[in-house]
Amino acid sequence: MLDILLPILIFSALALAAIGALRRVRLWRQGRPSPVPIAKSLAAMPRRYLVDLHHVVARDKYISNTHVATAGGFVAAAVLMILVHGLGLGASEGLGGVLGWLLLVASACMFVGSLFVAKRRRPPPPRLSKGPWMRLPKSLMAFSLGVFVITLPSVGVLPADLGSWVLALVLAGIVAWGLAEMVFGMTWGGPMKHAFAGALHLAFHRRPERFSTQEGGPGRSTGLKALDLDDERAPLGVGAPRDFTWNQLLGFDACVQCGRCEAACPAFAAGQPLNPKKLIQDMVVGMVGGSDAHYAGSPYPAPEGGYKPVGEHGGDPHGPIVAHPFANGGTALVDAETLWSCTTCRACVEECPMMIEHVDAIVDMRRFLTLERGNTPNKGGEVLDNLIATDNPGGFDPGSRFNWAADQNLPLMADRQEADVLLWLGDGAFDMRNQRTLRALVKVLRAAEVDFAVLGNEERDSGDVARRLGDEATFQSLARRNIATLSRYRFTHIVTCDPHSFHVLKNEYGALGGHYSVFHHSTYIAELFDSGRLNLKAWKGGSVTYHDPCYLGRYNGEYEAPRRVLQALGIEVKEMARSGYRSRCCGGGGGAPITDVPGKRRIPDMRMEDVNETGAELVAVGCPQCTAMLEGVVNASAEVRDIAELVAEALNEDSAQDRASRRAQQSEEALVS
Amino acid sequence: MPHDANSQTSARAQPHGGGQPSVAVLISMGRHPLTGRARRADQDARAVEMALSLSDARPRLLHAGHFDQDSEAALRGYLGMGFDALELIEQESGADVIAALSDRLRETAPQLVLTGARAENGEGSGLLPYLLADALGWPIVTSLASIERIERGEATLLQALPRGQRRRLRVRLPAIVTVDSSAPAARQSAFGPARRGVFERVAHASVQDAAFAKWDVQPARKRPKRLKIVKATSARDRFKAAAAKAEGGGGQILADVTPEQGAEAIFKLLQEEGVLR
Repeated sequence: MLDILLPILIFSALALAAIGALRRVRLWRQGRPSPVPIAKSLAAMPRRYLVDLHHVVARDKYISNTHVATAGGFVAAAVLMILVHGLGLGASEGLGGVLGWLLLVASACMFVGSLFVAKRRRPPPPRLSKGPWMRLPKSLMAFSLGVFVITLPSVGVLPADLGSWVLALVLAGIVAWGLAEMVFGMTWGGPMKHAFAGALHLAFHRRPERFSTQEGGPGRSTGLKALDLDDERAPLGVGAPRDFTWNQLLGFDACVQCGRCEAACPAFAAGQPLNPKKLIQDMVVGMVGGSDAHYAGSPYPAPEGGYKPVGEHGGDPHGPIVAHPFANGGTALVDAETLWSCTTCRACVEECPMMIEHVDAIVDMRRFLTLERGNTPNKGGEVLDNLIATDNPGGFDPGSRFNWAADQNLPLMADRQEADVLLWLGDGAFDMRNQRTLRALVKVLRAAEVDFAVLGNEERDSGDVARRLGDEATFQSLARRNIATLSRYRFTHIVTCDPHSFHVLKNEYGALGGHYSVFHHSTYIAELFDSGRLNLKAWKGGSVTYHDPCYLGRYNGEYEAPRRVLQALGIEVKEMARSGYRSRCCGGGGGAPITDVPGKRRIPDMRMEDVNETGAELVAVGCPQCTAMLEGVVNASAEVRDIAELVAEALNEDSAQDRASRRAQQSEEALVS
Repeated sequence: MPHDANSQTSARAQPHGGGQPSVAVLISMGRHPLTGRARRADQDARAVEMALSLSDARPRLLHAGHFDQDSEAALRGYLGMGFDALELIEQESGADVIAALSDRLRETAPQLVLTGARAENGEGSGLLPYLLADALGWPIVTSLASIERIERGEATLLQALPRGQRRRLRVRLPAIVTVDSSAPAARQSAFGPARRGVFERVAHASVQDAAFAKWDVQPARKRPKRLKIVKATSARDRFKAAAAKAEGGGGQILADVTPEQGAEAIFKLLQEEGVLR
């Protein structure tokens, strides 16, 4: 009787899955076009899955082993089941016998995996979604156990006419449950959707450069994609779900709701109304149409405490994502404050095993709010107006940008025309705290006899803040003018102490025609030290920890150089629990201090607690934003110093070092001139 | 008098809801105080904001002046506040726009005309609203803080006085009202609407300002500020000094005097103050 039932079950499940797949593809194709090479992408998919995705999943050994057993077992079992039970190749004679035994092994493997899946949810950690996801371990077990038992007669372990028709019906029922969840649920929106959408998402990812190739190590692609402002019909950012590209929509659908992003998100931890997992699910709700009532994970925190209720937000592919501010308190898919809570620290993207690009999506939606609605919250509008009128976010006179260096006698590019290193000062030039860092960096460069020059008043804001506040037009205007300025001079490298300028110059000016070799000052100082051009005293201070800036670490993969510099100073870094690629944001990125969405606590306070836990008396940083945010912490247990300051202090000079070095510089310049 | 770079929008009355007021906002090309870049003029943008805050009105923007790349960028700044179009009366450089504006206002007959108190470019004397009111024969109210309501051809306005004081005024429409920095700040200008907005051109002959052409124009120097010597010794005294009203008493109110007497009094004061020697 099972002989008849099983093929019917299997092939009807496959047919339903095929119909579901077509429907799902139609949902994705509501998005805007984004050309990808189909065959090449599909060919790249297995490697992306087995290497890049596994690399992320394997940060949690428990779940990576569980996933290998469960997913590997399932894929093998599903294929073998079609052969053995669907096509009837399971007769115990000949080759069929081998297939049957293999199927037994595969389903047993899957069953063991599903036990571990179940164990992890007893009780489920807060970051995991409940609802249908609580059913998944049982469905996995039903499928693997059902397939295992029905295969036993095929290999002759049990007689084919085992038990009664009642038992056969029960078995068929269990297998049907398993098939419904695993095969047909995969394309009709069940938890297993992540496998179907995830595989295609890996293949058609919007940033193929993110994935490793056989030739090289893991790739990196973190620069935001430029908007085409010359095409007046192209949408300015994303106002409705259909304004995403189709492969972005596909990416949202790939979410497995593991909540790793939620656990890493500084805004969520601070009680600001953002949860990256919920945001991605809301985008899926928007793509499909409906309300978020079925969401079963942690909602967005509410600033007044607790969580925002689920079920009040909803949308459709053509409707607005954020309700119009004059629509009298109406809600749409998400609230604007959710989008403005993000610090663009990329912790979620770094953690996401499905390689979803949360930050791209958030900036796309911010672009619409800023460029179409003119609705950047809090000081956002003022900062953008300042950037437009004065080329710096503070609205300072651009002619006073270089005032801080009146006593430094810095060589100007306008006079020199060429130099080995162009020192990019960044907007920190207007900030008295950062001016100390700049002075220290200049001192280090002079001690190492680096041939450098600065742009002085010719420099403008790099456009980082404007771009992350969604004002692509102002970003491109600043970037193009900076590129034009830079093109007038000859230099080998750009060195900057601001990781935001560093990232933008290195990764985002390329699309507008500016290609440079850019170094963060920590990297450059490390190279100076390695080549023996810096003579450093040993560190005599207390214990030190190091805070990785997001735009240096996660955005550009530079975790080593700052630590090498600290090591060169004789400092043994007491690492924080969240460091390296898991470093927690200081709260200063993405214009977050400007939009200033209220939460239960401040992100820099949490980061300072991380510092406190190490017992370090000093936290070394490499970013003006991080310095400002961490120094803003009240009653901090540790002092905040830039790496350049630490190196400058450790320079080996005689006691009258300042006077001596100044005299040396003067004579040097006299020679030059 | 030359009032280059001043424009107006006229709001057309909506046909529904019992005769919403038609509101026109005159807008001009602004100039950033630090960098001199073209931008929305701050006061004019506040006037546009005030017009947008009127719930029923559909304000329209109007600008008269020389049109070039800079002024286009500045005018698009106003469009970015949420307008599809603005009316543009293109004038030659250095033209006096009073005639163009008053003719157009007479033609479109808006009930309320809003504008900034003083242009950031050109002569910037702040006389344009007065001259327009004079030409049209309409009342003028300056330094508006808000428009409370408009009904039955009459507007209830809140006028800003020094030190946060407010005066409620009722004025018969049509009227010209001006807005300065005591009005609410203008909303952000968005790139998308600014780029899409169109200029509806209205032809009007330019009237060259012969007088202005002969003037020497040079950048203004900052007026020296009178030093305020605080002799207070305690925090309380310092606070009182900071919060106190400006000393009156030194002035003199002249009422019902002949122009000659008035001029003489002013002449005497200027001599006393050392402005005239």
